[in-house]
Amino acid sequence: MLEVKNLHVQVDDKEILKGMNITVAPGEVHSIMGPNGSGKSTLAQVLAGKEAYEVTEGEVTFQGKDLLDLEPEERACEGIFLAFQYPVEIPGVANTYLLREALNAKREYRDEKPLKHVEFGKLAREKMKALGIDEDLLKRSVNTGFSGGEKKRNEIFQMQILEPTLAVLDETDSGLDIDALKIVANGVNSMRDSGRSFIVITHYQRLLNYIVPDFVHVMVDGKIVRSGGKELAHELEEKGYAGF
Amino acid sequence: MSVDLEKLAQEEYKYGFVTDVEQEIAPKGLNEDIIRMISSKKNEPEWLLEWRLGAYERWKKMKEPRWAFLRYPEIDFNDISYYAAPKSNPRPKSLDEIDPEIKETYDKLGIPLEEQKMLAGVAVDAVFDSVSVFTTFKEKLAEEGVIFCSISEAVEEYPDFVRKYLGSVVPRGDNFYAALNSAVFTDGSFVYIPKGVRCPMELSTYFRINAENTGQFERTLIIAEEGSYVSYLEGCTAPQRDQNQLHAAVVELIAHNDATIKYSTIQNWYPGDKQGKGGIYNFVTKRGRCVGRSSRISWTQVETGSAITWKYPSCVLEGDNSVGEFYSVALTNRCQQADTGTKMVHVGKNTSSTIISKGISAGEGQNVYRGLVEIGKNAEKARNYTQCDSMLIGDRCGAHTFPYIEVRNSTAHMEHEASTSKIGEDQMFYCRQRGLSAEDAVSLIVNGFCKEVFKELPFEFAVEAEKLLSVSLEGSVG
Ligand SMILES: Nc1ncnc2c1ncn2[C@@H]1O[C@H](COP(=O)(O)OP(=O)(O)O)[C@@H](O)[C@H]1O
Ligand SMILES: [Mg+2]
Repeated sequence: MLEVKNLHVQVDDKEILKGMNITVAPGEVHSIMGPNGSGKSTLAQVLAGKEAYEVTEGEVTFQGKDLLDLEPEERACEGIFLAFQYPVEIPGVANTYLLREALNAKREYRDEKPLKHVEFGKLAREKMKALGIDEDLLKRSVNTGFSGGEKKRNEIFQMQILEPTLAVLDETDSGLDIDALKIVANGVNSMRDSGRSFIVITHYQRLLNYIVPDFVHVMVDGKIVRSGGKELAHELEEKGYAGF
Repeated sequence: MSVDLEKLAQEEYKYGFVTDVEQEIAPKGLNEDIIRMISSKKNEPEWLLEWRLGAYERWKKMKEPRWAFLRYPEIDFNDISYYAAPKSNPRPKSLDEIDPEIKETYDKLGIPLEEQKMLAGVAVDAVFDSVSVFTTFKEKLAEEGVIFCSISEAVEEYPDFVRKYLGSVVPRGDNFYAALNSAVFTDGSFVYIPKGVRCPMELSTYFRINAENTGQFERTLIIAEEGSYVSYLEGCTAPQRDQNQLHAAVVELIAHNDATIKYSTIQNWYPGDKQGKGGIYNFVTKRGRCVGRSSRISWTQVETGSAITWKYPSCVLEGDNSVGEFYSVALTNRCQQADTGTKMVHVGKNTSSTIISKGISAGEGQNVYRGLVEIGKNAEKARNYTQCDSMLIGDRCGAHTFPYIEVRNSTAHMEHEASTSKIGEDQMFYCRQRGLSAEDAVSLIVNGFCKEVFKELPFEFAVEAEKLLSVSLEGSVG
């Protein structure tokens, strides 16, 4: 599904990713762990198409297509979703409005009819309930004045509506209390299936008790330095990143 | 792959067509004879002619104001024609009497003049160059005692009202452009809402400039008697031409005790091409007097057109407990320049005013907010809240704010907030990551930014305004 080969990325002439490799097959959940500043968010943003990051070397293919060739919205419509580490506030734009526009953009891309207000409302309420999101949150402006937990839950809510093929979750667990963490994990687990893959970026092993990954990768200084199964996360928890 | 916020692939102005009708056009130039000609064309009484001539005398002694943050060449006031009217039936009684070309023009502009085709509950006065060509729903409004007609008709039919109120808010010597308008105004709308009446429909005037090398100088007068309510909307478009055209209007509002006037504008005059050629020069004086206690005047404007906008809809809060409001969205794209804002003059006790201004600059557009809040010495416990937000799209445009405050009463309570933001790359990226195109993302973000103003517009027009904003923004991202 996703293949990242020897990816080098720089910002303002500073190299951040220094030969990154990862291969994700359909249905797999990969976790990327690593210390602050190792380049995890950079990888996530590059996959989503953020233009500030310059790819100097390497290639990324997604479902057979050259991902680096696509605009961010094309990548989204192809099925890539990024749950942002810091979701941005958009004052005056209702949360539902953005989401319906997004879903309909995606449907249009696939030559499907746009969803009507009523149909969308029904879908949204269904998903919201499962995530314990207040209906009120739909009407509020996108992320504006949301608490940290609300922002993260909102990202997962959007993911559920947009049903991506590959979801990249960038530290969706940080700042969540244990109950919120469980809700988020349930939101992800309920979507796991043989055709959908996840890259779960996290700083702590805690989340992986709830979202159990197939593979764990350790990222240090712009590269993956070790990969293994879920037991690697426990090892990290005990020893820290110092040894890598 | 890059989003170049600077790349301007321009969308054509949708309303730039020209209507081919036989027009009667006055020779270029301004002098007493022209003013007499206009006055006689309109069968005006002597006092009005004298009033015009007096205004002209004042105007001749005045200097064109140049204090605004606007750059444009000298305007040659003798190179403009001051009167243009379709030759066909000057005051049609029914739709069949209207020149079909003119009717079609309004159809194309999305303003069908057939009452059954109109937006439910909106009455329209259609002004074509210098004359009003038709007013809809007159009879229905008359049942409630509401008068809605062209100002020329009002001069003939309701001379006492006109004489009493014309120039009572904006005196003929108020400023250069108001004096010019007072001398040569040709048409516009007149509204009178009797005591205790809530006007049963939205009233609107649609101003269309068609003729070449002519100026449009309309005059609007709205009087709301005690306890009445009216919501009034004006819309404007003009053909696409290489020459600049002058539009200098005056609007006067009078609100008596407990009366409310909501005045909304969707200004979409031709803005000029991407090199800055052509477009309307819009120099407008709009002012309302809250003469009665607990009266309210609310200005809402969405300014997306014109090459130059010079306009400060204001409120004079004379009555105790009266309220003035100004909600504004001004968008300048390409080479457009806008210097706009408001004046809130607090005279009475317990008066309050709210100013919310949203300026959006894209391309090489320049956008100025200029506002004055004046608290007079007897205005006990006056309150003002001002919020000016500017948004920049790209880095060749500019935003500037000049808030002036004069307080002569220590019990006043003033609040001021201001912000300038670049349209966030992060916001753009967020929307695009969810699947929206760059253009849709900009329009979504900008519409969100303007939300507080749009919610003041009558519902149908809020939808229009959002669409208009999206069209005006087209090409601001590549
Ligand atoms: N837009 C940017 N401009 C400059 N430096 C950046 C930018 N984004 C990330 N960096 C730098 O790149 C490095 C990796 O950052 P990031 O990908 O956010 O790491 P992580 O998510 O693993 O904490 C850090 O040193 C950070 O300061
Ligand atoms: Mg990070």
